[in-house]
Amino acid sequence: MTTADIADRPHGAAAAVALIEDDAPFVPVDRAPSGRKRKPLASFGLHAFLALCAFIAVFPVVWVALASFKPKEHIASLNPIDHPTLDNYVALLTTTQFLTWFGNSVVIAAFTMLFGIAMSATAGFAIARYNFPGKRPLMWVFLITQMFPVAILIVPIYAIMSALGLINTPVSLIIAYCATAVPFCTWMLKGYFDTIPKDLDEAASLDGLGPFGTFWRVILPLARPGLAVTAFYTFLTAWGEVAYASAFLNTTDKFTLAYGLQTFIPAPPTLPLWELLTPAAVLITIPAALVFFFAQKHLVAGLTAGGTKG
Amino acid sequence: MTKLKKTWDRYWYAWVMVIPVVVVLALLVFWPLVQGIWMSFTNINEANQVAEICTKTLGGDTTCAPNPSQWQYVGLGNYVELLTGQVGEFWHQFMITLIWTVTCVFFHYSLGLLLAVTLNRTLKGRGIYRIMLILPWAVPAFVTAFAWRFIFARDAGVVNGIIVALGGQPQDFFANTWSALACVIVVNVWLGVPFMMVALLGGMQSISADLYEAAEMDGANPWQRFWNVTMPGLAPVSASVILLGTIWTFNMFPIIFLITRGGPAGSTDILVTGAYKAAFEGLRNYSLASTYGVVILSILVVYSIGYRFFLRKQGEVW
Repeated sequence: MTTADIADRPHGAAAAVALIEDDAPFVPVDRAPSGRKRKPLASFGLHAFLALCAFIAVFPVVWVALASFKPKEHIASLNPIDHPTLDNYVALLTTTQFLTWFGNSVVIAAFTMLFGIAMSATAGFAIARYNFPGKRPLMWVFLITQMFPVAILIVPIYAIMSALGLINTPVSLIIAYCATAVPFCTWMLKGYFDTIPKDLDEAASLDGLGPFGTFWRVILPLARPGLAVTAFYTFLTAWGEVAYASAFLNTTDKFTLAYGLQTFIPAPPTLPLWELLTPAAVLITIPAALVFFFAQKHLVAGLTAGGTKG
Repeated sequence: MTKLKKTWDRYWYAWVMVIPVVVVLALLVFWPLVQGIWMSFTNINEANQVAEICTKTLGGDTTCAPNPSQWQYVGLGNYVELLTGQVGEFWHQFMITLIWTVTCVFFHYSLGLLLAVTLNRTLKGRGIYRIMLILPWAVPAFVTAFAWRFIFARDAGVVNGIIVALGGQPQDFFANTWSALACVIVVNVWLGVPFMMVALLGGMQSISADLYEAAEMDGANPWQRFWNVTMPGLAPVSASVILLGTIWTFNMFPIIFLITRGGPAGSTDILVTGAYKAAFEGLRNYSLASTYGVVILSILVVYSIGYRFFLRKQGEVW
């Protein structure tokens, strides 16, 4: 059995959804023999273990959020709540270029998302549905581009951008991010199209729709959840990218968040500006986390689906 | 000729559908890749990259003369210099990369599996635990890096706060190679476990319950059921996530770049951050960075081929 087989089954996506939606019909997966209850001690151990892991998972995020409300001179305090104030947020929004960087990040991530999806949707569909010469090599290309280190593409792309006079512009980053996003998006969308029954295509072709009609009128509307998830994931990837942004941008008004925040950690011996970093971390994480929790239902099905099936 | 036409008539729509992606990949991935490989055989850097040096004369015109020390083809020179350690710290970075990748992937997979097994049963509060455990995945990596830097910081960090409260001396975790490496590994493990957990949970849900019933009938205890039903059932998912996880970790840039910046003194740089520094810090040595890139890509390609070969030998049809 291959990985793709799992996700190819119609319930593959449903299983991924069931991971998250607790109210979804839940197959009893407790493998303990039916009728035998878990011993209280085992139950306690299980909950203690999970609670500890959950604490470790949540602690850094919560700690930074709590610190963002502590005044500068108390930021190192071990008390979770110490002289709570919104001064750090006010300082961040009024004395730094945080909002400019935020806007730059939004623009860059949004355009990467749009172009990435637009280009990869048709390709994902063709790969999911048709057998054509060149399909296998193309699948291999998608797999291999996952291996490309940032190191091998960043210099030539930098050279191309500087030849085109695009260094220090958002356009250069949008183009660079599209290059990494497109193979990934195609891969994810192919995985999603695989879960849409092929009977629909046949019905559409009996009704006289050509391949493009089928794609546009039948498959795309059905694939809306998959498109949304891929779109959001692309958005988040661009939102958090560091290497290209650090290399291509060089004036503070063009920075993205990933680069701008680095300016809050000046060269030693100056101490990092934690009172600005902590509220910035909170403001960046809230939208990203909301988008993420919406998107991640389908994420793994998409990730492990594509690729290996010729 | 007619055969070509026939093929075209049959497949043209599929080809038209993939053309945009093929063009983007050709222009933005393969053209740069070829250029990168070419650069690795030259000595191009920031200083010698231009073909002509132009100077403004007093009259306001510009005169251009050929650059006397223009870049040139140097054959395998960069590879020899990099791999013999004449330039850069390749072997030290390689060792750090191996420690980093192996440790991180080991903990990602084993902790992810442990949590997936724990969550894959009827349990009160399962949904809450799951949401909390996935949280690290939801935070953008660069924010994670800054958050943990804050936690480990010498001046304001909670770890040092606790050490001092217990009567110890504040430590600078980033002043020593091994403690700095341990810190970034902790951060990356924290960051990567949720992906493995969710992927493995998905794999577990697709294992047929009949298999467990059959095993129970045969009197298998939970431990035997785990090894003989769960693990084989997870094999395909495990194979892909370990391969993907290894490649991602090997190429993981932001954590080390933002937390230690390779410090102290470049001793915690992995190959990817080493390559970035060669390209964009100090005198920008584009050829050296490209050489790094080609070497990293070669390592990963060889690894992936070996990995798949190994799986085939194990009887996995992959």
